[in-house]
Amino acid sequence: MAAFGTAAGRPLQGRGGSAGFRFALYATLAVVVMYLDQRQHYLEWVRYVLQATAYPVQLAVNSPPAAWAWIRQTFENRERLQAENARLRAGQRDLELRSLGYEALARENAELRGLRAALPPIAERWLAAEIVNIQLSSLRQRLLINRGAVNGVFKAQAVLDARGLIGQTTHVGPWSAEVILITDPEHAVPVRIERTGLRTIAVGAADATSLALPYLPANADIKSGDLLVTSGLGGVFPQGYPVARVTVVHRDAVQPLAHVRAEPLAHIDTDSEVMLVWFHADHPAAPTRAGDSLGELKSGNRSMQPQAAPPRPQAAAPEPPAAAPQPAPPRPQSAVPRKRPAEPQPAEPEAAAPQPQPDAAQPAAPQPEAAQPAVPQPDAASQSKEDQ
Amino acid sequence: MNAPGRGRILFTALMALVLTALPLPPWLDVLRPAFLVLAVLYWSVNAPRTGDIALGFFAGLMLDVFQGPVLGQHALALTLVTYIAVREHQRIRSKPAFQQALIVFGALAVYEFVLFAIDGWSGHPVTSPLRWVHTVTGALIWPLVAAILAHGSRGRA
Repeated sequence: MAAFGTAAGRPLQGRGGSAGFRFALYATLAVVVMYLDQRQHYLEWVRYVLQATAYPVQLAVNSPPAAWAWIRQTFENRERLQAENARLRAGQRDLELRSLGYEALARENAELRGLRAALPPIAERWLAAEIVNIQLSSLRQRLLINRGAVNGVFKAQAVLDARGLIGQTTHVGPWSAEVILITDPEHAVPVRIERTGLRTIAVGAADATSLALPYLPANADIKSGDLLVTSGLGGVFPQGYPVARVTVVHRDAVQPLAHVRAEPLAHIDTDSEVMLVWFHADHPAAPTRAGDSLGELKSGNRSMQPQAAPPRPQAAAPEPPAAAPQPAPPRPQSAVPRKRPAEPQPAEPEAAAPQPQPDAAQPAAPQPEAAQPAVPQPDAASQSKEDQ
Repeated sequence: MNAPGRGRILFTALMALVLTALPLPPWLDVLRPAFLVLAVLYWSVNAPRTGDIALGFFAGLMLDVFQGPVLGQHALALTLVTYIAVREHQRIRSKPAFQQALIVFGALAVYEFVLFAIDGWSGHPVTSPLRWVHTVTGALIWPLVAAILAHGSRGRA
Protein backbone atom coordinates (compact mmCIF):
# COMPACT_ATOMS: atom_id res chain seq x y z
CA MET A 1 0.00 0.00 0.00
CA ALA A 2 2.97 2.25 0.46
CA ALA A 3 3.38 2.14 -3.27
CA PHE A 4 0.51 4.58 -3.64
CA GLY A 5 1.97 7.08 -1.25
CA THR A 6 2.98 9.68 -3.79
CA ALA A 7 -0.43 10.07 -5.31
CA ALA A 8 -1.83 11.13 -2.00
CA GLY A 9 0.33 14.20 -1.69
CA ARG A 10 -1.68 16.34 -4.05
CA PRO A 11 -5.04 17.72 -3.03
CA LEU A 12 -8.01 15.97 -4.49
CA GLN A 13 -9.34 18.67 -6.76
CA GLY A 14 -10.29 16.32 -9.52
CA ARG A 15 -12.95 16.72 -12.11
CA GLY A 16 -16.25 18.12 -10.98
CA GLY A 17 -15.23 19.94 -7.84
CA SER A 18 -14.37 18.72 -4.39
CA ALA A 19 -15.25 15.34 -2.94
CA GLY A 20 -17.91 16.92 -0.77
CA PHE A 21 -19.57 18.56 -3.73
CA ARG A 22 -19.57 15.38 -5.76
CA PHE A 23 -20.91 13.46 -2.80
CA ALA A 24 -23.78 15.91 -2.44
CA LEU A 25 -24.44 15.63 -6.16
CA TYR A 26 -24.56 11.85 -6.27
CA ALA A 27 -26.40 11.51 -2.99
CA THR A 28 -29.08 13.88 -4.23
CA LEU A 29 -29.26 11.96 -7.46
CA ALA A 30 -29.68 8.72 -5.54
CA VAL A 31 -32.41 10.18 -3.37
CA VAL A 32 -34.24 11.57 -6.39
CA VAL A 33 -33.97 8.20 -8.13
CA MET A 34 -35.32 6.50 -5.05
CA TYR A 35 -38.19 8.92 -4.72
CA LEU A 36 -39.15 8.60 -8.36
CA ASP A 37 -38.93 4.83 -8.27
CA GLN A 38 -40.83 4.49 -5.05
CA ARG A 39 -43.54 7.08 -5.28
CA GLN A 40 -44.03 7.89 -8.90
CA HIS A 41 -43.05 4.77 -10.84
CA TYR A 42 -41.46 6.96 -13.46
CA LEU A 43 -38.36 4.90 -13.59
CA GLU A 44 -39.69 1.71 -15.10
CA TRP A 45 -37.75 2.40 -18.28
CA VAL A 46 -34.54 3.13 -16.36
CA ARG A 47 -34.89 -0.17 -14.61
CA TYR A 48 -35.64 -1.78 -17.94
CA VAL A 49 -32.40 -0.46 -19.42
CA LEU A 50 -30.38 -1.33 -16.34
CA GLN A 51 -31.84 -4.81 -16.28
CA ALA A 52 -30.79 -5.22 -19.89
CA THR A 53 -27.22 -4.19 -19.05
CA ALA A 54 -27.13 -6.48 -16.05
CA TYR A 55 -28.35 -9.48 -17.98
CA PRO A 56 -24.98 -10.38 -19.59
CA VAL A 57 -23.37 -10.45 -16.15
CA GLN A 58 -26.17 -12.59 -14.86
CA LEU A 59 -25.84 -14.95 -17.77
CA ALA A 60 -22.10 -15.16 -17.19
CA VAL A 61 -22.68 -16.12 -13.59
CA ASN A 62 -25.21 -18.66 -14.70
CA SER A 63 -22.96 -20.21 -17.32
CA PRO A 64 -20.93 -22.69 -15.22
CA PRO A 65 -23.99 -24.45 -13.78
CA ALA A 66 -25.67 -24.27 -17.17
CA ALA A 67 -22.61 -25.77 -18.85
CA TRP A 68 -22.48 -28.53 -16.27
CA ALA A 69 -26.14 -29.33 -16.82
CA TRP A 70 -25.58 -29.39 -20.56
CA ILE A 71 -22.62 -31.75 -20.25
CA ARG A 72 -24.56 -34.05 -17.99
CA GLN A 73 -27.46 -34.07 -20.38
CA THR A 74 -25.24 -34.76 -23.35
CA PHE A 75 -23.59 -37.76 -21.79
CA GLU A 76 -26.68 -39.23 -20.31
CA ASN A 77 -26.83 -42.83 -21.33
CA ARG A 78 -29.32 -44.49 -23.54
CA GLU A 79 -30.99 -46.68 -20.95
CA ARG A 80 -31.76 -43.82 -18.69
CA LEU A 81 -33.27 -41.86 -21.54
CA GLN A 82 -35.38 -44.79 -22.54
CA ALA A 83 -36.57 -45.29 -19.01
CA GLU A 84 -37.41 -41.63 -18.74
CA ASN A 85 -39.21 -41.75 -22.06
CA ALA A 86 -41.32 -44.68 -20.90
CA ARG A 87 -42.10 -42.92 -17.66
CA LEU A 88 -43.13 -39.75 -19.45
CA ARG A 89 -45.28 -41.73 -21.87
CA ALA A 90 -47.06 -43.40 -19.00
CA GLY A 91 -47.50 -40.07 -17.30
CA GLN A 92 -48.93 -38.54 -20.42
CA ARG A 93 -51.41 -41.36 -20.88
CA ASP A 94 -52.47 -40.91 -17.32
CA LEU A 95 -52.96 -37.20 -17.81
CA GLU A 96 -54.87 -37.70 -21.02
CA LEU A 97 -57.24 -40.10 -19.33
CA ARG A 98 -57.70 -37.68 -16.53
CA SER A 99 -58.27 -34.79 -18.87
CA LEU A 100 -61.04 -36.74 -20.59
CA GLY A 101 -62.88 -36.74 -17.34
CA TYR A 102 -61.97 -33.14 -16.79
CA GLU A 103 -63.54 -31.99 -20.00
CA ALA A 104 -66.78 -33.68 -19.23
CA LEU A 105 -66.71 -32.15 -15.79
CA ALA A 106 -65.92 -28.71 -17.11
CA ARG A 107 -68.81 -28.88 -19.51
CA GLU A 108 -71.14 -30.06 -16.82
CA ASN A 109 -69.90 -27.34 -14.56
CA ALA A 110 -70.43 -24.72 -17.22
CA GLU A 111 -73.97 -25.93 -17.81
CA LEU A 112 -74.67 -25.91 -14.12
CA ARG A 113 -73.49 -22.37 -13.91
CA GLY A 114 -75.87 -21.37 -16.63
CA LEU A 115 -73.35 -20.48 -19.26
CA ARG A 116 -74.55 -20.96 -22.75
CA ALA A 117 -71.53 -22.64 -24.24
CA ALA A 118 -68.73 -24.67 -22.87
CA LEU A 119 -65.88 -22.43 -21.92
CA PRO A 120 -62.46 -22.46 -23.47
CA PRO A 121 -59.65 -23.35 -21.10
CA ILE A 122 -58.66 -20.38 -19.04
CA ALA A 123 -54.99 -20.49 -19.91
CA GLU A 124 -54.58 -18.98 -23.33
CA ARG A 125 -50.86 -19.50 -23.74
CA TRP A 126 -47.99 -21.01 -21.85
CA LEU A 127 -44.37 -20.12 -22.03
CA ALA A 128 -41.66 -22.13 -20.37
CA ALA A 129 -38.92 -20.05 -18.81
CA GLU A 130 -35.67 -21.22 -17.37
CA ILE A 131 -34.51 -20.02 -14.01
CA VAL A 132 -31.24 -18.14 -14.32
CA ASN A 133 -29.20 -19.60 -11.56
CA ILE A 134 -27.98 -16.54 -9.73
CA GLN A 135 -28.35 -15.15 -6.27
CA LEU A 136 -30.41 -12.00 -6.36
CA SER A 137 -30.70 -11.29 -2.69
CA SER A 138 -30.33 -13.60 0.22
CA LEU A 139 -32.86 -11.67 2.25
CA ARG A 140 -35.69 -11.86 -0.22
CA GLN A 141 -37.27 -14.68 -2.14
CA ARG A 142 -36.67 -13.71 -5.72
CA LEU A 143 -35.84 -15.49 -8.94
CA LEU A 144 -34.56 -14.41 -12.29
CA ILE A 145 -36.01 -16.06 -15.37
CA ASN A 146 -34.74 -15.90 -18.91
CA ARG A 147 -37.85 -14.47 -20.50
CA GLY A 148 -38.65 -10.82 -20.73
CA ALA A 149 -40.56 -8.15 -22.57
CA VAL A 150 -39.49 -9.45 -25.98
CA ASN A 151 -41.37 -12.64 -25.16
CA GLY A 152 -44.43 -10.67 -24.13
CA VAL A 153 -43.89 -11.04 -20.42
CA PHE A 154 -45.60 -8.30 -18.46
CA LYS A 155 -45.42 -7.08 -14.92
CA ALA A 156 -47.46 -8.98 -12.36
CA GLN A 157 -47.79 -12.06 -14.52
CA ALA A 158 -48.58 -15.36 -12.85
CA VAL A 159 -45.71 -17.87 -12.70
CA LEU A 160 -46.50 -21.53 -12.08
CA ASP A 161 -44.85 -24.88 -12.18
CA ALA A 162 -46.48 -28.22 -12.84
CA ARG A 163 -47.58 -28.56 -9.22
CA GLY A 164 -48.70 -25.15 -8.19
CA LEU A 165 -48.18 -21.47 -7.94
CA ILE A 166 -44.67 -20.06 -7.74
CA GLY A 167 -45.10 -16.32 -7.79
CA GLN A 168 -45.43 -13.35 -10.08
CA THR A 169 -43.14 -11.15 -12.10
CA THR A 170 -42.07 -7.90 -10.48
CA HIS A 171 -39.52 -6.31 -12.78
CA VAL A 172 -39.48 -7.11 -16.45
CA GLY A 173 -36.40 -6.47 -18.53
CA PRO A 174 -36.10 -7.06 -22.23
CA TRP A 175 -34.71 -10.58 -21.93
CA SER A 176 -35.19 -11.37 -18.30
CA ALA A 177 -37.71 -10.89 -15.56
CA GLU A 178 -37.55 -10.92 -11.82
CA VAL A 179 -40.07 -13.12 -10.06
CA ILE A 180 -41.19 -12.61 -6.49
CA LEU A 181 -42.02 -15.95 -4.91
CA ILE A 182 -45.14 -16.57 -2.91
CA THR A 183 -42.88 -17.36 0.04
CA ASP A 184 -41.41 -13.85 0.11
CA PRO A 185 -42.57 -12.01 3.22
CA GLU A 186 -43.67 -9.14 1.00
CA HIS A 187 -45.90 -11.30 -1.11
CA ALA A 188 -49.47 -12.27 -0.41
CA VAL A 189 -51.79 -14.54 -2.37
CA PRO A 190 -55.54 -14.42 -2.02
CA VAL A 191 -56.49 -18.04 -1.46
CA ARG A 192 -59.51 -20.17 -0.84
CA ILE A 193 -59.58 -23.26 1.32
CA GLU A 194 -60.71 -25.84 -1.12
CA ARG A 195 -62.65 -27.98 1.34
CA THR A 196 -64.75 -25.20 2.79
CA GLY A 197 -64.57 -22.35 0.30
CA LEU A 198 -63.34 -20.04 3.05
CA ARG A 199 -61.30 -17.18 1.65
CA THR A 200 -58.23 -15.68 3.19
CA ILE A 201 -54.78 -14.38 2.38
CA ALA A 202 -51.59 -16.43 2.37
CA VAL A 203 -48.50 -14.35 2.95
CA GLY A 204 -44.91 -15.47 2.76
CA ALA A 205 -43.51 -16.47 6.10
CA ALA A 206 -40.05 -15.59 7.27
CA ASP A 207 -38.53 -18.84 6.05
CA ALA A 208 -38.30 -19.92 2.47
CA THR A 209 -40.49 -22.96 2.64
CA SER A 210 -43.75 -21.94 4.21
CA LEU A 211 -46.68 -19.61 3.94
CA ALA A 212 -48.56 -18.06 6.82
CA LEU A 213 -52.28 -17.48 6.97
CA PRO A 214 -52.40 -14.69 9.50
CA TYR A 215 -55.98 -13.50 9.04
CA LEU A 216 -57.94 -16.56 10.08
CA PRO A 217 -59.96 -16.36 13.29
CA ALA A 218 -59.33 -19.05 15.86
CA ASN A 219 -62.68 -20.66 15.16
CA ALA A 220 -62.15 -20.88 11.41
CA ASP A 221 -62.83 -24.24 9.84
CA ILE A 222 -59.35 -25.25 8.77
CA LYS A 223 -57.25 -28.27 9.53
CA SER A 224 -53.92 -29.72 8.62
CA GLY A 225 -53.93 -31.17 5.13
CA ASP A 226 -56.39 -28.70 3.66
CA LEU A 227 -55.59 -27.62 0.13
CA LEU A 228 -55.33 -23.92 -0.60
CA VAL A 229 -56.19 -22.78 -4.10
CA THR A 230 -56.10 -19.30 -5.56
CA SER A 231 -59.35 -17.48 -5.04
CA GLY A 232 -59.04 -15.30 -8.12
CA LEU A 233 -59.18 -12.09 -6.13
CA GLY A 234 -56.43 -9.55 -6.27
CA GLY A 235 -56.14 -9.27 -9.99
CA VAL A 236 -53.07 -11.38 -10.66
CA PHE A 237 -53.78 -15.05 -10.28
CA PRO A 238 -56.71 -16.84 -11.85
CA GLN A 239 -59.03 -18.81 -9.74
CA GLY A 240 -58.56 -22.41 -8.74
CA TYR A 241 -54.84 -23.01 -9.08
CA PRO A 242 -53.31 -25.01 -6.24
CA VAL A 243 -51.05 -23.01 -3.96
CA ALA A 244 -50.19 -24.85 -0.79
CA ARG A 245 -51.22 -27.47 1.70
CA VAL A 246 -51.87 -26.60 5.32
CA THR A 247 -49.29 -28.16 7.61
CA VAL A 248 -49.78 -26.56 11.00
CA VAL A 249 -52.91 -25.26 12.66
CA HIS A 250 -52.37 -24.00 16.14
CA ARG A 251 -55.18 -22.52 18.18
CA ASP A 252 -54.40 -20.67 21.34
CA ALA A 253 -57.28 -20.06 23.71
CA VAL A 254 -56.27 -16.49 24.39
CA GLN A 255 -55.44 -15.54 20.82
CA PRO A 256 -58.23 -14.32 18.57
CA LEU A 257 -56.43 -15.53 15.46
CA ALA A 258 -55.33 -19.03 14.58
CA HIS A 259 -51.70 -19.71 13.81
CA VAL A 260 -51.72 -21.46 10.46
CA ARG A 261 -48.78 -22.47 8.31
CA ALA A 262 -48.90 -24.02 4.87
CA GLU A 263 -46.33 -25.58 2.61
CA PRO A 264 -46.24 -24.51 -1.04
CA LEU A 265 -47.01 -27.26 -3.51
CA ALA A 266 -44.61 -25.95 -6.13
CA HIS A 267 -41.11 -27.31 -5.77
CA ILE A 268 -39.58 -23.87 -5.79
CA ASP A 269 -36.11 -24.89 -4.69
CA THR A 270 -35.67 -27.77 -7.13
CA ASP A 271 -37.36 -26.41 -10.23
CA SER A 272 -35.18 -25.39 -13.10
CA GLU A 273 -38.05 -24.40 -15.32
CA VAL A 274 -41.19 -22.45 -14.63
CA MET A 275 -44.26 -21.57 -16.63
CA LEU A 276 -45.50 -18.13 -17.50
CA VAL A 277 -49.21 -18.05 -18.20
CA TRP A 278 -51.43 -15.79 -20.24
CA PHE A 279 -55.10 -16.01 -19.48
CA HIS A 280 -58.14 -15.35 -21.54
CA ALA A 281 -59.12 -11.93 -20.33
CA ASP A 282 -62.81 -12.57 -20.83
CA HIS A 283 -62.87 -15.90 -19.06
CA PRO A 284 -65.00 -15.79 -15.92
CA ALA A 285 -62.21 -17.22 -13.80
CA ALA A 286 -59.50 -14.99 -15.19
CA PRO A 287 -57.96 -12.24 -13.12
CA THR A 288 -58.45 -8.70 -14.27
CA ARG A 289 -55.30 -7.45 -15.87
CA ALA A 290 -53.77 -5.23 -13.29
CA GLY A 291 -52.35 -3.00 -15.98
CA ASP A 292 -55.70 -2.45 -17.64
CA SER A 293 -57.81 -1.56 -14.72
CA LEU A 294 -55.18 0.05 -12.54
CA GLY A 295 -53.34 2.06 -15.11
CA GLU A 296 -54.37 5.32 -13.57
CA LEU A 297 -53.19 4.43 -10.11
CA LYS A 298 -49.80 5.82 -9.41
CA SER A 299 -49.53 5.43 -5.69
CA GLY A 300 -50.93 3.54 -2.79
CA ASN A 301 -51.25 -0.13 -2.35
CA ARG A 302 -52.58 -1.50 -5.59
CA SER A 303 -54.53 -4.23 -3.96
CA MET A 304 -56.26 -1.86 -1.65
CA GLN A 305 -57.37 0.37 -4.45
CA PRO A 306 -60.68 0.03 -6.15
CA GLN A 307 -59.85 -2.45 -8.83
CA ALA A 308 -62.60 -1.50 -11.19
CA ALA A 309 -64.91 -4.17 -9.92
CA PRO A 310 -66.99 -5.17 -12.87
CA PRO A 311 -70.59 -4.89 -11.78
CA ARG A 312 -72.64 -7.97 -11.96
CA PRO A 313 -75.14 -7.69 -14.73
CA GLN A 314 -78.17 -7.65 -12.50
CA ALA A 315 -76.68 -6.39 -9.33
CA ALA A 316 -75.48 -3.07 -10.63
CA ALA A 317 -78.85 -1.41 -10.83
CA PRO A 318 -80.42 -2.32 -7.51
CA GLU A 319 -77.27 -1.91 -5.48
CA PRO A 320 -75.10 0.86 -6.87
CA PRO A 321 -72.93 1.42 -3.78
CA ALA A 322 -71.85 -2.17 -3.95
CA ALA A 323 -70.00 -1.69 -7.20
CA ALA A 324 -68.62 1.70 -6.28
CA PRO A 325 -64.91 1.81 -5.67
CA GLN A 326 -63.95 1.44 -2.10
CA PRO A 327 -61.68 4.28 -1.06
CA ALA A 328 -58.45 2.93 0.23
CA PRO A 329 -56.09 4.77 2.53
CA PRO A 330 -52.80 5.45 0.81
CA ARG A 331 -50.02 3.50 2.39
CA PRO A 332 -46.29 3.53 1.97
CA GLN A 333 -46.00 2.29 -1.51
CA SER A 334 -44.13 -0.80 -2.47
CA ALA A 335 -42.74 -1.45 -5.88
CA VAL A 336 -43.91 -4.98 -5.55
CA PRO A 337 -47.61 -5.39 -5.81
CA ARG A 338 -48.59 -6.41 -2.33
CA LYS A 339 -51.99 -7.77 -2.23
CA ARG A 340 -53.02 -7.43 1.33
CA PRO A 341 -56.54 -6.18 1.51
CA ALA A 342 -57.71 -3.82 4.18
CA GLU A 343 -59.45 -6.61 6.01
CA PRO A 344 -60.02 -10.20 5.15
CA GLN A 345 -63.51 -11.12 4.19
CA PRO A 346 -63.61 -14.70 5.22
CA ALA A 347 -67.11 -15.90 4.65
CA GLU A 348 -68.33 -15.17 1.20
CA PRO A 349 -70.27 -17.06 -1.37
CA GLU A 350 -68.61 -18.39 -4.49
CA ALA A 351 -67.47 -15.54 -6.66
CA ALA A 352 -67.20 -16.85 -10.16
CA ALA A 353 -70.74 -18.01 -10.48
CA PRO A 354 -72.86 -15.28 -11.98
CA GLN A 355 -75.65 -15.42 -9.54
CA PRO A 356 -78.93 -13.91 -10.60
CA GLN A 357 -79.71 -12.71 -7.10
CA PRO A 358 -76.38 -12.14 -5.39
CA ASP A 359 -77.79 -9.70 -2.88
CA ALA A 360 -79.89 -12.24 -1.10
CA ALA A 361 -76.84 -14.04 0.16
CA GLN A 362 -75.08 -10.98 1.55
CA PRO A 363 -77.54 -8.33 2.51
CA ALA A 364 -75.54 -6.50 5.14
CA ALA A 365 -72.14 -6.50 3.59
CA PRO A 366 -71.31 -3.92 1.00
CA GLN A 367 -67.57 -4.53 1.21
CA PRO A 368 -67.45 -8.01 -0.22
CA GLU A 369 -68.47 -6.64 -3.57
CA ALA A 370 -65.61 -4.21 -3.63
CA ALA A 371 -63.22 -6.64 -2.10
CA GLN A 372 -63.67 -9.28 -4.73
CA PRO A 373 -62.88 -7.28 -7.81
CA ALA A 374 -60.64 -9.71 -9.51
CA VAL A 375 -63.25 -12.04 -10.82
CA PRO A 376 -64.69 -10.52 -13.89
CA GLN A 377 -68.13 -11.60 -14.76
CA PRO A 378 -68.80 -13.09 -18.16
CA ASP A 379 -70.21 -9.82 -19.34
CA ALA A 380 -66.93 -8.50 -20.63
CA ALA A 381 -68.56 -5.77 -22.66
CA SER A 382 -70.03 -4.08 -19.65
CA GLN A 383 -66.69 -4.29 -17.92
CA SER A 384 -64.82 -2.49 -20.64
CA LYS A 385 -67.49 0.15 -20.74
CA GLU A 386 -67.07 0.59 -17.04
CA ASP A 387 -63.34 1.03 -17.39
CA GLN A 388 -63.66 3.74 -19.97
CA MET B 1 2.71 4.46 -12.43
CA ASN B 2 0.79 4.36 -9.25
CA ALA B 3 -2.79 5.05 -10.19
CA PRO B 4 -4.28 1.97 -11.77
CA GLY B 5 -6.16 2.37 -14.99
CA ARG B 6 -9.86 2.85 -15.26
CA GLY B 7 -10.28 -0.42 -17.13
CA ARG B 8 -8.62 -2.30 -14.33
CA ILE B 9 -10.93 -0.83 -11.74
CA LEU B 10 -13.97 -1.62 -13.84
CA PHE B 11 -12.75 -5.15 -14.37
CA THR B 12 -12.31 -5.80 -10.65
CA ALA B 13 -15.70 -4.24 -9.96
CA LEU B 14 -17.27 -6.55 -12.52
CA MET B 15 -15.58 -9.56 -10.96
CA ALA B 16 -16.85 -8.45 -7.57
CA LEU B 17 -20.35 -8.17 -9.00
CA VAL B 18 -20.09 -11.69 -10.38
CA LEU B 19 -18.98 -12.93 -6.96
CA THR B 20 -21.94 -11.13 -5.43
CA ALA B 21 -24.39 -12.85 -7.74
CA LEU B 22 -22.83 -16.31 -7.66
CA PRO B 23 -25.37 -18.81 -6.41
CA LEU B 24 -24.36 -20.29 -3.07
CA PRO B 25 -26.05 -22.54 -0.54
CA PRO B 26 -28.09 -20.49 1.93
CA TRP B 27 -25.79 -20.82 4.93
CA LEU B 28 -22.79 -19.77 2.87
CA ASP B 29 -24.77 -17.00 1.28
CA VAL B 30 -25.40 -15.42 4.66
CA LEU B 31 -21.66 -15.31 5.25
CA ARG B 32 -20.87 -13.90 1.84
CA PRO B 33 -19.17 -10.52 2.15
CA ALA B 34 -20.32 -7.66 -0.02
CA PHE B 35 -17.51 -8.04 -2.53
CA LEU B 36 -18.48 -5.11 -4.66
CA VAL B 37 -18.57 -2.79 -1.65
CA LEU B 38 -15.14 -4.03 -0.60
CA ALA B 39 -13.71 -3.49 -4.07
CA VAL B 40 -15.18 0.00 -4.31
CA LEU B 41 -13.84 0.77 -0.84
CA TYR B 42 -10.39 -0.41 -1.81
CA TRP B 43 -10.29 1.71 -4.93
CA SER B 44 -11.64 4.79 -3.25
CA VAL B 45 -8.96 4.52 -0.59
CA ASN B 46 -6.07 3.59 -2.85
CA ALA B 47 -6.97 5.33 -6.08
CA PRO B 48 -9.27 8.12 -4.97
CA ARG B 49 -8.77 10.00 -8.21
CA THR B 50 -9.97 7.24 -10.52
CA GLY B 51 -12.11 5.21 -8.17
CA ASP B 52 -14.33 8.08 -7.36
CA ILE B 53 -17.69 8.71 -5.80
CA ALA B 54 -19.09 8.11 -9.28
CA LEU B 55 -17.78 4.56 -9.09
CA GLY B 56 -19.64 4.09 -5.83
CA PHE B 57 -22.81 5.50 -7.27
CA PHE B 58 -22.87 3.38 -10.39
CA ALA B 59 -21.75 0.23 -8.60
CA GLY B 60 -24.60 0.82 -6.18
CA LEU B 61 -27.03 1.29 -9.03
CA MET B 62 -25.94 -2.06 -10.43
CA LEU B 63 -26.48 -3.67 -7.05
CA ASP B 64 -29.93 -2.11 -7.00
CA VAL B 65 -30.82 -3.85 -10.23
CA PHE B 66 -29.62 -7.14 -8.80
CA GLN B 67 -31.07 -7.05 -5.34
CA GLY B 68 -32.71 -3.77 -4.46
CA PRO B 69 -36.39 -3.32 -3.96
CA VAL B 70 -35.94 0.41 -4.58
CA LEU B 71 -33.73 1.83 -7.29
CA GLY B 72 -31.12 4.11 -5.76
CA GLN B 73 -30.95 2.40 -2.38
CA HIS B 74 -27.56 0.78 -2.73
CA ALA B 75 -26.43 3.75 -4.79
CA LEU B 76 -27.02 6.11 -1.88
CA ALA B 77 -25.41 3.80 0.67
CA LEU B 78 -22.38 3.19 -1.50
CA THR B 79 -22.06 6.88 -2.38
CA LEU B 80 -21.91 7.71 1.30
CA VAL B 81 -19.34 5.03 2.04
CA THR B 82 -17.23 6.04 -0.94
CA TYR B 83 -17.33 9.65 0.15
CA ILE B 84 -16.07 8.80 3.62
CA ALA B 85 -13.35 6.61 2.15
CA VAL B 86 -12.22 9.22 -0.38
CA ARG B 87 -12.19 11.95 2.25
CA GLU B 88 -10.19 9.92 4.72
CA HIS B 89 -8.14 7.94 2.25
CA GLN B 90 -4.78 9.20 3.47
CA ARG B 91 -5.53 8.36 7.06
CA ILE B 92 -6.98 4.97 6.21
CA ARG B 93 -4.16 4.08 3.88
CA SER B 94 -1.47 4.69 6.45
CA LYS B 95 -3.06 2.36 8.99
CA PRO B 96 -1.91 -1.25 9.48
CA ALA B 97 -4.10 -3.99 8.10
CA PHE B 98 -5.80 -4.76 11.39
CA GLN B 99 -6.95 -1.19 11.90
CA GLN B 100 -7.96 -0.98 8.29
CA ALA B 101 -10.19 -4.00 8.83
CA LEU B 102 -11.81 -2.24 11.77
CA ILE B 103 -12.46 0.83 9.65
CA VAL B 104 -13.89 -1.37 6.92
CA PHE B 105 -16.17 -2.95 9.48
CA GLY B 106 -17.41 0.49 10.42
CA ALA B 107 -17.93 1.45 6.80
CA LEU B 108 -19.85 -1.77 6.09
CA ALA B 109 -21.98 -1.16 9.15
CA VAL B 110 -22.81 2.34 7.91
CA TYR B 111 -23.58 0.89 4.49
CA GLU B 112 -25.85 -1.78 5.89
CA PHE B 113 -27.56 0.68 8.18
CA VAL B 114 -28.42 2.96 5.28
CA LEU B 115 -29.86 -0.05 3.44
CA PHE B 116 -31.75 -1.10 6.54
CA ALA B 117 -33.20 2.37 7.02
CA ILE B 118 -34.28 2.67 3.40
CA ASP B 119 -35.75 -0.82 3.49
CA GLY B 120 -37.89 0.18 6.40
CA TRP B 121 -38.79 3.56 5.02
CA SER B 122 -39.86 2.17 1.66
CA GLY B 123 -41.97 -0.58 3.16
CA HIS B 124 -39.81 -3.61 2.41
CA PRO B 125 -38.44 -4.28 5.88
CA VAL B 126 -36.07 -7.17 6.41
CA THR B 127 -35.52 -7.34 10.12
CA SER B 128 -33.58 -10.58 10.22
CA PRO B 129 -30.31 -10.10 12.12
CA LEU B 130 -28.62 -12.22 9.47
CA ARG B 131 -28.35 -9.18 7.26
CA TRP B 132 -25.60 -7.81 9.50
CA VAL B 133 -23.41 -10.90 9.27
CA HIS B 134 -21.65 -9.77 6.12
CA THR B 135 -20.20 -6.70 7.87
CA VAL B 136 -18.12 -9.02 10.04
CA THR B 137 -17.07 -11.39 7.29
CA GLY B 138 -16.30 -8.42 5.06
CA ALA B 139 -13.96 -6.97 7.66
CA LEU B 140 -12.32 -10.36 8.16
CA ILE B 141 -11.70 -10.87 4.49
CA TRP B 142 -10.52 -7.28 3.92
CA PRO B 143 -6.76 -7.97 4.23
CA LEU B 144 -7.09 -10.71 1.63
CA VAL B 145 -9.11 -8.54 -0.76
CA ALA B 146 -6.67 -5.67 -0.32
CA ALA B 147 -3.72 -7.96 -0.96
CA ILE B 148 -5.26 -9.38 -4.12
CA LEU B 149 -6.16 -6.00 -5.54
CA ALA B 150 -2.80 -4.50 -4.54
CA HIS B 151 -0.85 -7.42 -5.98
CA GLY B 152 -2.49 -6.92 -9.34
CA SER B 153 -1.65 -3.26 -9.53
CA ARG B 154 1.94 -3.71 -8.41
CA GLY B 155 2.50 -6.38 -10.97
CA ARG B 156 1.26 -4.01 -13.61
CA ALA B 157 3.37 -1.09 -12.49
